[in-house]
Formats: sequence, structure tokens, C-alpha cells
Amino acid sequence: MAKMKGNRIKSHDNIMDWILLVILLLLVIITLYPFLNVLAISLNDPIDTMRNINFIIPRKFTWSNYVYVFTENNLGSAFMLSVARTVIGSVFSVICTAMLAYVLSRKDFYFNKLFTILFVVTMYVSGGLIPEYLLLMRDLKLGNNFLVYLIPGLIWVYNMILVRSFIEGLPIALQEAARVDGANDFIIWLKIVLPLCKPVLATVFLFYAVGQWNSFMDTYLYAKELPTLQYVLYEIMEKAQVKIDPHAAEQLKNAVSPLSIRMAVTIVATVPILIVYPFLQKHFVGGMTVGAVKD
Amino acid sequence: MSAKKASKEKKIKQKFSRQLMWKQRYLLLMSVPFVVWLIIFKYIPLWGWTMAFQEVKPRTMTLPIWERPFVGFSNFIKAFQDRMFTQTVINTIGLSILGIALGTVSAILFALVLNEIRFNKFKKVSQTISYLPHFVSWVVIASIAKMVLNDGGMLDTLFGKNLGLMSTNSPLFWVTVCLINIWKEVGWDAIVYLSAMAGIDQGLYEAAKVDGANRLQRIWHITLPGIKPTIVVLLIMGIGGALNVGMERQMLLSNGIVQDHAMVLSWFAYVRGIGNSNYGLGTAIGMFQSLVGVILLLIANKVAGWLGESKLI
Repeated sequence: MAKMKGNRIKSHDNIMDWILLVILLLLVIITLYPFLNVLAISLNDPIDTMRNINFIIPRKFTWSNYVYVFTENNLGSAFMLSVARTVIGSVFSVICTAMLAYVLSRKDFYFNKLFTILFVVTMYVSGGLIPEYLLLMRDLKLGNNFLVYLIPGLIWVYNMILVRSFIEGLPIALQEAARVDGANDFIIWLKIVLPLCKPVLATVFLFYAVGQWNSFMDTYLYAKELPTLQYVLYEIMEKAQVKIDPHAAEQLKNAVSPLSIRMAVTIVATVPILIVYPFLQKHFVGGMTVGAVKD
Repeated sequence: MSAKKASKEKKIKQKFSRQLMWKQRYLLLMSVPFVVWLIIFKYIPLWGWTMAFQEVKPRTMTLPIWERPFVGFSNFIKAFQDRMFTQTVINTIGLSILGIALGTVSAILFALVLNEIRFNKFKKVSQTISYLPHFVSWVVIASIAKMVLNDGGMLDTLFGKNLGLMSTNSPLFWVTVCLINIWKEVGWDAIVYLSAMAGIDQGLYEAAKVDGANRLQRIWHITLPGIKPTIVVLLIMGIGGALNVGMERQMLLSNGIVQDHAMVLSWFAYVRGIGNSNYGLGTAIGMFQSLVGVILLLIANKVAGWLGESKLI
């Protein structure tokens, strides 16, 4: 009797396993299908696309949408601008974050506590949109200046804490040894601490890079004349909502349609994320636990 | 030896002296620029809260802050009397409550599925896929969402009729926004629940198995109570941030037709403050949002205390 009951539970559990598998499979499809659909439309002949947009394998394969994206002046320069802000901004941010994190990891630094509190407070309170807007646009005159992409978001306190916790976990003896050899604090940071921090710096770099690449609001608010790829995609979307005039429809015959172009830009805006994703996914779990251990 | 010395140094409270500053000059050089940056970009804007009590329009803006006309609470009164204000507050709260409720439930359900499934490889792959949309920008998500959900979009063709998900000026739009948000964030949000589930004592499951509890019973009586503290903390935080519905998502997902039900406080502050160049009014709206947020957080925290749950603060 007891054995039979045990069997029944087991088979019940087995059915559950398969149900769960099906559910998870469905969820994966729901997540991936829209991306695949977008990819397929971007690689499909625009006129053919208008027949029916629901497919994930290009019916009439063409590169023309991508050719248009990269040859059209506006889009090409937006792409370059996005790349520039991502690379320059992230490198700059990582260096600054690592430097500050090292100083704040030094318990013997006189202002350690004060500075740490000053930084952490800003995680919880902020001046809000309008004071920030006035500061950047009116007082500092950063409107339509490339610096507006680099300076205001220079250091994310969360990332700084992540790096600091990592440094605190390093053996102190190495720093001591270097000091005995006569190295100053800057040299210790550069030659001893930085090389040891590579894993956490990689994590933080990816966080900054994804943030920079995806950033849209700062262009929208402060630098419409320096449009990034995300902003151009937004503009294309807005335009598509306005009724397409008949002349534009006429032009569509030249194998360019707003939807296909938009989908191609969408893919271009996503691909860099996909490229770093395996690293992102590997590192952020490590980064998260670094932060968690400290807390 | 050296570590001992270091810990001894920590205990002795250092006195401020010129020698100490000289000794730590590199540390100062490596941190003071960032503190200056912090003060300029994060603390000076805090001072901007005072604008909520002043008339700050382009005309009065060039005046130094102490010469601007102080208008007391008239900016707040103007905000409350605004034609759009009530609807905006309702939208913000409606979106938040719906988002918290649906988002929490779906993240927990997703975490449960991942936690229970035994096909380890597939589990890992699908979890990796699940938080991919989290890293994709809202602009891209909006572009995809509009392709899928707009009139005549993918979902409409799939169902063979117009669902009007993006073109009905009613609270249905909140549901649309929440569903898109869940699609983007569910995998990411599930991570914290998954790690909470991993922390549950495996012995409890073994004991329950011996007692003949089936899987659903084990989930109900062990897993869910085990992650209850996590759920409560996240709910408190969610309610505390209930009014902070981001402007970016709303702006990108909305369109002219549904704007009445897409407008939220942060966006409203932008429209009135920067769009209409009435900076005082915009700041007042932003301040209202922050203050009510703090009050909500305190209330939620208190309620959690009454219910015998661990409090956040």
C-alpha cells in the first residue's frame, strides 16, 4: 500500500516535470520570438514584408535595409556616436570608479567615512529632473556637448561599492610590501591593486557600457543635436506614427519602408548587447555575489 | 605582523594634522576631484528644491536665487488644480499597483518553474535567455513592442482581430505597459527569488517527502513561506517607489491616442516644467512625487511591522 502510494507520487512528479518543461519552453519562445521576428523583417524584402509581418525566416532575403541604414548619413554618424560614447565613457568611468574605490577602501584615509557617506547618500536622494536640467543646460552650458554623455553619469555609486568590496577582499600584504619598497599610494593603486581587480573591473565596465549604449533620455533632454542610435530609432518610431503621405508611399517602391528600416535599426541597436551578453552574463553573477558578500 | 599593525592603526582615532594630509596627499588627489564632481552634479541640484516655492519662469530665472519672488505654496496649488493632475496621479498609482502585483506574481511563478525543473541544462539556457531583454534598451523594446502590439501588428494578425492593445485610451493601456514590462524584466526579477529559494534548508523538503507531501504541497508549505521575507522586503520597496514610474518607458510606449492614460508624474513634471518653461511648477510636481513616495514607504513599512514581518527600516 505504502509502496503504491510512493509510486503514484513519483509518476505524478514525472508528469509535473514534463509540464514544467513545456511551460518553460513556451516562455523561451515568447521571449525569443519577437527578436527573431524583428531580425527576419530586417533581412526581408520590404515589399514582401507588407504581405504579412508574422514570420521568423526571411522569405525574400535582402541586405538592402542594412545597406540603407549604414549609407544613410544620419544613421551612420549616430552609430559612430553611440560607439564613441560607449567606449570613451565606459573606459573613463571605470578608471575613475576604480580610483575612488581604492581610496575609499583605505581605512586609514582620514576622510574615508565622510566621503563614503557623501557618495552613498546620493543613491537615495536626488534633486530631480528640473534642477539637474537647469544645472546642465543653463549653468554649465553642456547642452549639445559631447561631455554631457560623459560627465554627469561619471560614477555610479553602486559600481563603486562593488569595486571597493572587491579591493577590501584582496590580501593587504601585497600593498604593505609595495609600501615597504617605497611605492606611493598612486603607484600601489596602479601597479598592485588594478591588475588584481580585473574581474570586478570587467563587470563594472560592462555595466557602464550597457548603460551608455542604451542611454536615451540624456540625448532626448540635453543633446538632440548629437543623436545617438537609440535616439534615431526613437525618431524613426515617432515618424512612423505620423500618417505616411502618399509621396512617401510612392518612394517605398525604391525598396525602403519605414518598418523594415526601423527593424534594421532595432537590430543594430541590439547586436552589441548580444555580443557582450555572454560576458555580461558570466560576470554579473560574480559581481552580484561580490556585492552581496560585503552586505 | 603588518595586519596587526593596520588594525591597531584603525582603532587609534587619527587627528587632523598637516603631516597626515601630506602623508595621504596621493589619496587626496585621487578622491577630491570626484567629491567636487559629486557636489556639483548631485548636491547642487538638491538645492533646486527651493524652486518649488518660487516663481521660476524664463523671465525670473536670470535673477539670483534669493531675489526670485517667493510664492509660497502657489506652485503646488497650481499643480493640484491642473486639468491633467488627477488623471496623472491615478495613472501613476494604477500603473504601479498593477505593475507590482503582476510583476511580483509572475517573477515568483517563473522562479518556481526554474527552481522545480530538473532538466538542468535546459534550465540554465532558458534562464540565460530570460534576462536578455533586461539588458536591451527601452527604445528597442518599444520598437519591438509597437511592431507586435500595434493595430495590425503581429499579435493582431495572430488572433485575426484588432485587439487595440496600443490604441485604446483606457486603463487597458496600463495592462499593456505592465505586460511589456514583465516580458522585459521577469527573468531578472526572478533572480532574487531564486537565490532566496536556494537558501531554504533542503532538509525541510526531505522531511516533507517522507511525510508524503507532493510537489505542490512542498511548494506551498515550504518554498513560499521560505521566500516570504524576500517578498515582503521587495513589496515594501515597490510601494515606496510607487509614484516613481519612469518617464522613459511611458514616453516611449505611448502614442497620441493613449496619452491620457500614459501620463505619469515624472513625465508630467517634465511637460509642465521644461516643456512649458515653468520650472517652479515642474519642481513642485517632482517634490510632491518624492514626498508622497517617502510617506508611502513609511506606511508600507509600518504595515509590514503590524503583520509581524521583518521591516525594511
